[in-house]
Amino acid sequence: MANEPTILEMRSITKEFPGVKALENVNLTVKAGEIHSICGENGAGKSTLMKVLSGVYPYGSYTGEIIYQGSEVRFRDIGQSEAAGIAIIHQELALIPELSITENIFLGNEPTKFGAIDWVAAHRGAVDLLARVGLNDDPDTKIKSLGVGKQQLVEIAKALNKNVKLLILDEPTAALNEGDSQHLLDLITGLKGRGVTSIMISHKLNEIEQISDSITILRDGRTIETLDVKADGVDENRIIKGMVGRVLENRYPEHDGSAIGDVFFEVRNWTVRHPTVPERLVAKNSNFTVRRGEVVGFAGLMGAGRTELAMSLFGQSYGTLVSGEIIMNGEPIRLPNVTAAIEHGLAYVSEDRKALGLNLLDDIKDSIVSAKLTKISTKRGVIDKLKEHVVADEYRGELRIKTPTVDEGVNKLSGGNQQKVVLAKWMFTDPELLILDEPTRGIDVGAKTEIYNIIRELAARGAGIVLISSELPELLGVADRIYTIFEGRITDELLISDATPERLMKSMTSTKKDAA
Amino acid sequence: MTVTPAPAKKSGGIRDLSKMFGGSQSGLRQFGILGALVLIIVIFEILTGGKTLDPGNVINIVRANAYVLILAIGMVQVIIAGHIDLSVGSVAAFVNIIVVITVRQLNTVIVFPEGQENLKGIVIVLIAIVLALAIGAAVGAWQGFWVAYVGVPAFIVTLAGMLIFRGANQFIGNSTPQTVPDYFGFIGGGYIPDFGPDFGFSNGTLILGLIALLAVVFQEWRLRRRQSSIGAAMSPLWVSVVKVSAMGAVIIFATYLFSTGRVGTSFPVPGIVLVILVLLYSFLTNNTIMGRHIYAVGGNWHAAELSGVKIKRVNFFVMMNMSMLAGLAGVVSVSRSLASGPGDGTGWELDAIAAVFIGGAAVSGGIGTVIGSIIGGLVIAVLNNGLQLLHVSTDQVQIIKGLVLLIAVALDVLSKRNGGPSLLSRFRRPGGDFADDSNGPAVNPTSPAEESSRPQSTTPN
Repeated sequence: MANEPTILEMRSITKEFPGVKALENVNLTVKAGEIHSICGENGAGKSTLMKVLSGVYPYGSYTGEIIYQGSEVRFRDIGQSEAAGIAIIHQELALIPELSITENIFLGNEPTKFGAIDWVAAHRGAVDLLARVGLNDDPDTKIKSLGVGKQQLVEIAKALNKNVKLLILDEPTAALNEGDSQHLLDLITGLKGRGVTSIMISHKLNEIEQISDSITILRDGRTIETLDVKADGVDENRIIKGMVGRVLENRYPEHDGSAIGDVFFEVRNWTVRHPTVPERLVAKNSNFTVRRGEVVGFAGLMGAGRTELAMSLFGQSYGTLVSGEIIMNGEPIRLPNVTAAIEHGLAYVSEDRKALGLNLLDDIKDSIVSAKLTKISTKRGVIDKLKEHVVADEYRGELRIKTPTVDEGVNKLSGGNQQKVVLAKWMFTDPELLILDEPTRGIDVGAKTEIYNIIRELAARGAGIVLISSELPELLGVADRIYTIFEGRITDELLISDATPERLMKSMTSTKKDAA
Repeated sequence: MTVTPAPAKKSGGIRDLSKMFGGSQSGLRQFGILGALVLIIVIFEILTGGKTLDPGNVINIVRANAYVLILAIGMVQVIIAGHIDLSVGSVAAFVNIIVVITVRQLNTVIVFPEGQENLKGIVIVLIAIVLALAIGAAVGAWQGFWVAYVGVPAFIVTLAGMLIFRGANQFIGNSTPQTVPDYFGFIGGGYIPDFGPDFGFSNGTLILGLIALLAVVFQEWRLRRRQSSIGAAMSPLWVSVVKVSAMGAVIIFATYLFSTGRVGTSFPVPGIVLVILVLLYSFLTNNTIMGRHIYAVGGNWHAAELSGVKIKRVNFFVMMNMSMLAGLAGVVSVSRSLASGPGDGTGWELDAIAAVFIGGAAVSGGIGTVIGSIIGGLVIAVLNNGLQLLHVSTDQVQIIKGLVLLIAVALDVLSKRNGGPSLLSRFRRPGGDFADDSNGPAVNPTSPAEESSRPQSTTPN
């Protein structure tokens, strides 16, 4: 393998965002005709690196150089990288649901005859391309009537039509079932035989192990190592070690579990159906408990069903409940809507602060009281605005929200401070059970530590906390007990004293319960 | 969004003043629109040689535009919630024809003893108002049902409503105008009755002005007292003084204008209806849970839903409320013209929508205020009136109105592009780059750093 020519070399790539170094001196060398996987935890910089490569972040917005097919390239947009034969297939597919397979494949690249689209040529081309990706459907089928797996294949057909030499796949199997995944992996391997080089980003280590020739591991925006799968005899444990082998810094609050009380919240046999794909279950027979004063971590990879589980508990705001019961303080309760959930003392801090957590048009004080307006209102529904102001100001002080006044718009706050506003909003509802979904996503280290302190403080006051996180160090640093989720199923339960990154990663990537 | 670049201390006064016009987010923008209104009035006052602020003309402006302003009050709530209502003109016409026919029937059926004719008029007018509100509410419930519970976009539902209720008006009224007795003219064409000794002013209007003045002073005093009692941050005293004086001056001037018109005229009754509605709905939108929920649904309905807001109920309410106000606007207009015809209310929806957008509401919802919409409506009204006084022909008036709407909203869009500071704040601090303001909060609404660390879809799919 070593003497095969190099198709791509990224040298010393550094990409900075205000306040954050997303990539620091990253090197990536991809040989022609291989399948090269990039591994790393969420936030390690994998997607950023691919965006640099494909021109989403144009030349000049990063430092370092990209050598592609022997010469340096400086892509200014995604069109230029496509013209050079680099195609990126995102996890969210870029297909237009109302158009047919043919129309999508040739979108922006339509064959023409005398200035009009040559549909005969397009149809013929589509049939040919679909045969190459192993899709039997009629090219006139609308995209929306295809499953995600087939859509993925259409994306690849579209890339092949553009004469792709380097195919980048970002989490290609995340939304696929096992059969579709295997078909896709076979296809990628098949393309390799026809001279297409692939870069694959994936969390599914077994797949990586199965098809990769080389693996580059990123951690905290740096290249850790590049492994040659066959020569180095790489297995999943070896990859995990590279991904998580970071020294835990002392940035988590002390806690000894002394504040933990009795179980007050219990979920039994919780099964939830996907809202639009009825045959898909996003939560399968889940059982878990939360004690007073306890921080319960939920570890799982993206798409494992953590958010879906949390939201379905929170007033069935996601999916359709098939079965299951919630027992709170010894009584079975029903939470058919969000209002009922809030009344029973549940709170849910969404992982998507901007889309689901906040109304960005609001000011800080309005946001803080928005989930329980009745607390500052008369019985007839008239809001006491002064009380609102005073309450909001108290939270500003307590959570140290950096703003001159609570009249400021939340859109003007930094991510960390916005997150504090969301926390304040849910603390204001006096929750007994606070579900935090990726509460530190996209915020800087300093603010993260503050949020960890708030979490521990709330637990110390007797609330039960469910902490969903993709960052293992965070879970290990803050939680008292951790459940792992894989494909909608709770696969393991570990006391913090028994939890190691390796063991968690193992349970997060397979249904097997055996310890690493 | 208006961006306030300077630290709180520096801009505190202006910010506090701007709070007169609702929340801090949209306050400054409305401050700007109010400025535009004053400017337009001054320009026309000069161009028309003083005819614009002639008492008779001002009274006329109020009477002629009351119905649009009533509609704008409902429309702004619909638009804040992220919808639109195209049916208001047709709904008003539908309500009109039913009210007119009913009034004619009642007029012959109800017989009061001799000398009680006044009482008869009052009874019939009251019945008519209640009937109009009831029909409006029923129509609104119909439209609200489709929007809120079936999920048909309001644009479609009300486009259908526009056709349905226009047709219903013409079906019921045989497409011919129907008249009502003269006493029915009180709501739309009446004035505050005069009484007591004659000072050359309308005493009723004087008393109303006095009440308004006292209310403003009392309100500010009460606010300051409550603020100090719970230790909230108070704006400086001079701000209160300036605020009260400014509002007081406007009230006194308005009182003077309305009480010195032609003998027999004073503050018009539709104006009173309007003032009451403005106070009522400003309170509703600013100070009640329902009001807060309307903004929440329009601003981000996903977040609202996850905060326990009952979205369907809110959507139903705004649509129903709009049609109810359309019914009221209908009665006011019938009362002014003493007739209802097949063409009643044509184009009203457009006037009301224009008023709301000139008044600073956002097309995408979540932003807007009742007061702002009223000011926006007055901008159109004064423009209309001034151009007519200048003998500009109606075709040209339409062109000018269209351009004003376009420019008003374009300025707003341009000022918000790329999250940049608004034009207003640029005027206030020329050359100031708000992002450099180290005293302010960390400003970075769309930090790309966040994007990088969350590469995948964040909503469950």
